Amino acid sequence: MPTLDTSTEPSGARRVGDLTPDLLLTGEHHLCPGCGEPLALRCLLDTITDLEVTTQTIGVVGIGCYTAFTTSIDVDLVQALHGRAPSVATGIKRMRPDAVVFTLQGDGDMVNEGLQEVLHTAARGEAVTCVLLNNGVFGETGGHMTATTVLGQRTKNTIDGREAEYHGYPILIGDLISRLEGASYVARGSVHNAGAVARTKKMVRRALESQRRGDGFSFVEVLTMCPTGWFIPTGESPEYLHETLGAVHVMGELKVDGRVKTTDELHTENVARQREVEARLAAGGLDG
Amino acid sequence: MTTITSRGTVRIDTEACKGCELCITACPPRVLTMGSDLNRAGFHSPLLEPGCTGCAACLFVCPDFCFEVYRYDQPVVTEVAS
Ligand code: SF4
Ligand code: SF4
Ligand code: SF4
Repeated sequence: MPTLDTSTEPSGARRVGDLTPDLLLTGEHHLCPGCGEPLALRCLLDTITDLEVTTQTIGVVGIGCYTAFTTSIDVDLVQALHGRAPSVATGIKRMRPDAVVFTLQGDGDMVNEGLQEVLHTAARGEAVTCVLLNNGVFGETGGHMTATTVLGQRTKNTIDGREAEYHGYPILIGDLISRLEGASYVARGSVHNAGAVARTKKMVRRALESQRRGDGFSFVEVLTMCPTGWFIPTGESPEYLHETLGAVHVMGELKVDGRVKTTDELHTENVARQREVEARLAAGGLDG
Repeated sequence: MTTITSRGTVRIDTEACKGCELCITACPPRVLTMGSDLNRAGFHSPLLEPGCTGCAACLFVCPDFCFEVYRYDQPVVTEVAS
């Protein structure tokens, strides 16, 4: 089969997708091959661009591999200590009610190191949007178990898989937050395939729109690949994500307009969505 | 000879690629394959065969922002040996 030139801009064609998100000064980064975090970051940054709120947006970033992007994200940022991002975001939002305030944290940061911060921020109904990148391991420090690691998952310190009797049960943070009165919009996305990424981007948009309406706390959890921390080949990691973490932390909108959905409802929706995405891909595109 | 129609195409920043192969499995018509050349960082990067639809699935899944996606105004036809 012949291969085509992909080094130059083609003629007689219209561009439908860019290389690097507009809000990154450079696309170059030092995250591992196959990492899911840049995909989730793209969903967030492109949504800020689409909503035309770049100049009024302030982000608060936790500690994790994604923190490497703080030097290239072209949005005002504050670096918080481990787990404290939601509290810092609270202060910013109360001082600058017109700002669009988001946090970016990993599962180790949010669910282990600072669980009470996000829970109280949600319970108070602060109008901020917290984004969680959930890969079920402390990726940056070598792939150890976090509070979201699912039963049976192999990590650096659960070599034979997480066991409930010894390590306890995983915390389903999205489900937990959805039960809090102050939370208005709660969703769980994933970046295991293109359709999931497109859907996750819509969730981020709905969360930021809910914040702008002043509805209360909004939360988007995104399941991301960490092939390095999992010791899984990069090409197999999207499927691994979907089948291990994704089977327990079920993708979907967990709370919309104050109504909490059951896991069964999410499953039914997911089957319908998958068919829709396949049809759209067959028809030619996911954008728009 | 047979012909293959491309409704779209991509530009690939091969120097930014880290060879993770996520784009290979994400491409619905399977027109991306891993090349044998190495970039300056020592990674293999993808090659494009005819038949791209311009769906942007590759762009959605590439962690290193290597893809720029285009749709042709008029589909491009490539002749291939059958
Ligand atoms: S350790 Fe995991 S989360 Fe961190 S950059 Fe590597 S793949 Fe991504
Ligand atoms: S735009 Fe779609 S069809 Fe073209 S290379 Fe990318 S994934 Fe494949
Ligand atoms: S997804 Fe991106 S980084 Fe990974 S092999 Fe394809 S072009 Fe390279």
